[in-house]
Amino acid sequence: MALERVFADEPAFVPYVAAGDPSDEASIEYVEALERGGADVVELGLPFSEPIAEGSTIQGAVARALEAGMTPQRYFEFVEELDVDVPLVCMTYYNLVYQYEHPETGESEAVASEATSGETASRGPRAFVERAAEAGIEGFVVVDLPAEEAGPLRAACDDFGCDLVFVIAPTTKGERLGSMREQVSGYVYVQARLGVTGAREDVSDRTEQSLARVADWDVPKAVGFGIKTGAHAERIIAAGADGVIVGSALVDIIAEGHEDGADTVAVADRLEAKARELKEGALTGARRAGAETR
Amino acid sequence: MSTDKTFGDYGGQYVPESLMPAIEELTDAYERYVLDDEDGFMDEFRRRLADFGGRPLPLQHAESLSARYDTAVYLKREDLLHGGAHKLNNALGQVLLAKYMGKERIIAETGAGQHGTATAMAAAHLDMPCEIYMGETDIRRQRPNVFRMRTNGAEVTPVTTGRGTLKEAISETMRDWATTVETTHYVIGSVVGPAPFPAMVRDFQAVISEEAREQAIEKEGRLPDAVLACAGGGSNTMGTFAHFVDDDGAEPRSAGRSSGQRRRDGVDLYAVEAGGSSLSVDEEEGVAPNSASLSTGDEGVLHGARTKLLQDSHGQIMESHSVSAGLDYAGVGPELAHLVDEGRVEAVNVDDDSALAAFHRLSRDEGVIPALETAHAFGYLEEHHDELGDFVVVNVSGRGDKDLETVLEETEKRDLDVAPDISVLRSAAGEEGM
Ligand SMILES: Cc1ncc(COP(=O)(O)O)c(C=O)c1O
Repeated sequence: MALERVFADEPAFVPYVAAGDPSDEASIEYVEALERGGADVVELGLPFSEPIAEGSTIQGAVARALEAGMTPQRYFEFVEELDVDVPLVCMTYYNLVYQYEHPETGESEAVASEATSGETASRGPRAFVERAAEAGIEGFVVVDLPAEEAGPLRAACDDFGCDLVFVIAPTTKGERLGSMREQVSGYVYVQARLGVTGAREDVSDRTEQSLARVADWDVPKAVGFGIKTGAHAERIIAAGADGVIVGSALVDIIAEGHEDGADTVAVADRLEAKARELKEGALTGARRAGAETR
Repeated sequence: MSTDKTFGDYGGQYVPESLMPAIEELTDAYERYVLDDEDGFMDEFRRRLADFGGRPLPLQHAESLSARYDTAVYLKREDLLHGGAHKLNNALGQVLLAKYMGKERIIAETGAGQHGTATAMAAAHLDMPCEIYMGETDIRRQRPNVFRMRTNGAEVTPVTTGRGTLKEAISETMRDWATTVETTHYVIGSVVGPAPFPAMVRDFQAVISEEAREQAIEKEGRLPDAVLACAGGGSNTMGTFAHFVDDDGAEPRSAGRSSGQRRRDGVDLYAVEAGGSSLSVDEEEGVAPNSASLSTGDEGVLHGARTKLLQDSHGQIMESHSVSAGLDYAGVGPELAHLVDEGRVEAVNVDDDSALAAFHRLSRDEGVIPALETAHAFGYLEEHHDELGDFVVVNVSGRGDKDLETVLEETEKRDLDVAPDISVLRSAAGEEGM
């Protein structure tokens, strides 16, 4: 229950990149550049082969990272190699959590677990969270795991002191809001628009409505999906969000650099500048919101 | 009436949050209209299946095959359903349901193009706009169906990710649905996906075994010893098994029954998967040269459900393979996975060669040209007929017109005794300079 702290004093900028895109070495540089540019939390994607909630930009990132050899085991080593102070959140899909086998406790119990449903101490959500916590991950967003199916992962997060972030969509209403409110910790991910990830030219008008539905929740509200510019970040924070989540607009920079054969330092500089723009926008939005309420 | 979301350990609803409200809405509609027959939904569905679809369909005595195997072999002729495959049972049910729900647009994925075709036909019949997602590889190998969908007024959108087959098409349709969910219904093409799809699609397909069970009793005065159906996602399979599942004989259920040992008095159920070119797996490349997820897969989560999957040791989904596009999928319906674990259904498979030979055999000996998917069930019959008892029903899930180009190509690569000599085609083509 620690991620709340990040949102306490000023609006948070929460970038997403896929770990290992387009290579481990470059990706490490990129995460570090995002921190220099003002990231407060980094959502670090663990790539899954069937990213059903992602648009073409992040599908591309996932494909490049998988092509370069990223695996769950490698992902945790990657996290350990990162030299950053900001908290890290692992963003992924449930099958990788479900199949995960802890490299140390795994071997001996693997045979016994075959017979049961696959969820044992050495395999599944508990093993995954244990290894993630060892590596320094503080929270999780599991894109295809609705609150109804999240029991085992929530329990594991409790045991290892990690946060479990849920996404609320523009279509989420009624009882579903209640069950997510009960299980969420760290922050709530407010999906600004219907659809899949991807940078957009405008901010969805549904953002305010979505924020209103979680206004009285006691976790911070971070808004994502489609945010591309400092001006977008400003508007979203002014509308009452505690943070902005930006993925595709950053991944676009990585993809372009990769296609043009740009060197890692140049791409890292561009990412840092983009991060600064988004963080500045968020800060401006907070000043505006402050002025309006005064 | 309400439904369970799971079948033993399998099933569930593993989808992005934006889809959850639509799935709840669909569950409600399924319970009201399908299970409780509100507003005469089921009457209208059955009337349209009869008038538009052509049901009921025959259970035909296959005389040559019966003589060949010294067993009474019957064909359940789903290939005679409008559109040429069992797919219309489900597509018509779901498009009609979407109408009752007040939806304005239909989307669907397709592998072999049969489900896309059935959906396009149902949408045209019920006057709904329709968009079909289809992998590029499948567009290439199932061209006639692409043209049929276009002819029925559907948009066909190519999917270029991955190997460009059914798995990618499902992922892309889910992405569309996440964006348009308020006005659009996703007509999923098999007993896969999040609850309530697996149960609902089974219920729409169950008309196959509802008819077949009665027809079997009428024709032979008893239940069959064995029922065979091919299995991709498993919708023709579950439809063919549904009304036989309780006919499990006197012996207690036990898992791990070895094949060849017949269960007395019960109806044995065989799900025949695509063994592709080999049952082995290339971990390094993430490729399985087969689609035998029931026989060789492990439990995991894909496309909204916990089920048996072809996946690598990390949980990444593998690229599957089959000569038949409709079986070429890394997952399988959760209920079928459960019935296999329970020992009620036997998961078996035959390879590409066996399916191709069976395609030619059924065409030559019975005058029925089966879909390549269907041919797998007949491949199993050829290999194991002496273990199946005296009365066998095989579901002819679809007709093979869509596969003729593929069969031509694949037959030329092989030395099959049963294949016809097609030199007449070659020389005619040669004269035209093709
Ligand atoms: C004729 C035919 N049979 C079988 C299948 C496999 O689907 P299922 O396993 O859902 O019946 C298909 C799929 O396209 C098909 O076209």
